[in-house]
Amino acid sequence: MSTASVSLPAWINYGVIPLLNLILAFFFSGLVVWAIGENPFEALNFLIQGALGRGDAIGFTLFYATSFIFTGLSVAVAFHAGLFNIGSEGQAYVGGLGAALVALSLDHYVPWYVTMPFAIVGAALFGAAWAFIPAWLQAKRGSHIVITTIMFNFIGAALMVYLLVNVFIVPGKMAPETRTFLPGGQLPKLDWLMALFGLKLGPAPFNVSFIIALVMCYLVWLLIWRTKLGYEMRTLGISPTAAVYAGIPYVRTVIIAMLISGGLAGMMSLNAVMGASARLQVEFVAGAGFVGIAVSLMGRSHPVGIILAAILFGILYQGGADLSFEMPNITRDMIVVIQGLVIFFAGALEYMLRPAMVRLYQTARGK
Amino acid sequence: MEYFDTFVSILGSAIRLSIPLLFTALAGLFSERAGIFDIGLEGKMLASAFAAACVAYWTGNAWAGLSAGILVAIIFSLLHGFASITNRGNQIVSGVALNFIAAGLTIVLGTAWFNQGGRTGQVPPEGRFSGIVLPGVEMMRDVPIIGPLYANVISGNNILTYIAFLMVPLSWWVLYRTRFGLRLRAVGENPGAVDTAGISVVWLRYRALIVTGFLAGFAGTYLSIAQSAAFINNMSAGKGYIALAALIFAKWKPVPVMFACLLFGFLDAFANFMQGKSLPMIGEVPVQIFQALPYILTCVLLAGFIGIARPPKAGGVPYTKER
Repeated sequence: MSTASVSLPAWINYGVIPLLNLILAFFFSGLVVWAIGENPFEALNFLIQGALGRGDAIGFTLFYATSFIFTGLSVAVAFHAGLFNIGSEGQAYVGGLGAALVALSLDHYVPWYVTMPFAIVGAALFGAAWAFIPAWLQAKRGSHIVITTIMFNFIGAALMVYLLVNVFIVPGKMAPETRTFLPGGQLPKLDWLMALFGLKLGPAPFNVSFIIALVMCYLVWLLIWRTKLGYEMRTLGISPTAAVYAGIPYVRTVIIAMLISGGLAGMMSLNAVMGASARLQVEFVAGAGFVGIAVSLMGRSHPVGIILAAILFGILYQGGADLSFEMPNITRDMIVVIQGLVIFFAGALEYMLRPAMVRLYQTARGK
Repeated sequence: MEYFDTFVSILGSAIRLSIPLLFTALAGLFSERAGIFDIGLEGKMLASAFAAACVAYWTGNAWAGLSAGILVAIIFSLLHGFASITNRGNQIVSGVALNFIAAGLTIVLGTAWFNQGGRTGQVPPEGRFSGIVLPGVEMMRDVPIIGPLYANVISGNNILTYIAFLMVPLSWWVLYRTRFGLRLRAVGENPGAVDTAGISVVWLRYRALIVTGFLAGFAGTYLSIAQSAAFINNMSAGKGYIALAALIFAKWKPVPVMFACLLFGFLDAFANFMQGKSLPMIGEVPVQIFQALPYILTCVLLAGFIGIARPPKAGGVPYTKER
């Protein structure tokens, strides 16, 4: 008989199956490590040591996780409305422009806590603006949001390179980047938070954006499960025809969902631009937008899941960097392989194990 | 005459730059017309470029390299099929995942095997596809206009270039004049009807994906052992996405695909030529505009301002057989 209609308890759907998928992804990653002649268990040990072994390592892990929480939320919000936003990467990139403009214009005059709210709004506005055209095209013109957001990633990259090379570059310097922000345009590090746990942050750029990210998690949860708009978005995500029949405005809901998604992606730049490098640089997003897809899939589009998945990917990014020092044979790009495998097993093959789980569950219950 | 020579050289380079796009867009054509979206074209191109470079380096045989490139691209296609046909997973997610796997794996394996930071070894000349001088070039050289065009645009390309252009009518013929093609197009529009006619949707879609892998393998091979002489990190550099844009721009039809690829190739060649030069009246045009133009054009098309691009109806939807 068909197993698709059998419902499984939540702990299997949200606990066991994602965990098994994750284990499969790591199993195949281990195979790759083994194939190039290194010991996978030793590699795993280096990876975990490198990510969690010291105070500054944890700081770097959480710094990466902060970026991934923002982009993961971005993908998740769109996903709840049935939209696949591949454009978080580009929206974060353009969002950086918003954050940088605020930082550059205010850092001479006010302390960071005055700059911060404006920077949040600036980053979110620019990110949202970059999501607006694909959203409008999807809602009004019926063009596929996946395709348009991919195109906008590339258009955004070209635009940002142009602006950095021709407009923002500091005269006399070679590097295409803005000037360094003064402390008034930087987000301070969270060394006091680490000190609470008796850890030293060292050079790690773990900063206030982490707290902003957690606040956003709460707000997204509130939006999706406790507001009318969230209800409308979820209805649209499950069945657009039913949503329209129920009187939910399609165009408005799609555009608002994408604007929120783009805004959250844009806020990722707070962490990278104002929290870490204190300047706007070329390619500063460095794939975080795409990691957001994996994070959102792993976290089942729920803020709590997203935080956990973001920390997992933070561990991979920081630990992977350390691993490539310890085992020069394994380059940092091993993370990209693991990331791809996680997306493949947890996302594309999410239903693969389901029939087997249903049979197991039914046998266990004696049916 | 000087302008004409420049024009001819831009045209020649446009042809060379459009070949990987053409193979890849035709590859995507088969998959998307069968109802399987393929974001993973980029990854297939990259993985097959790597495989072709490795095998050509080890064996010194370009055809062995091509076979390896095709084989690896087909494997990636089948993985995509396993996820999106057999397990009815999300096709976009699967494509994104395979792109990451290709991007990471090529560098990890390349570094481990060749120790050159992700580059493969330099492929010897006999392991590469080099230019073929067509007969009559010397004879035609003095003929105005046609002579230089023949010598620099039509002649002097490698065999893969000619295969690429042959693939266009061949794809058209397969899609529109064979039983397989008719069924393939039907399965992309209405798989239920195909199923009712007693034809296996699953097997048909798998065959379409094998064709996709086959063509994408040519694209990758072209990049690594025809256009250059080694695999370089991330050498597909977004060409898979431009090919996807070209496919949409051509409204999922084989002959327009060729023109779209030539247009995007020409834009690329023109951007290279314009670097640091300025146009009369307009001044220096930023090179980024040319880089973004294929994507902007595709979005304008998708917005419905240049005709309507209607994708295959069943694209992106996994098929569940009714019970």
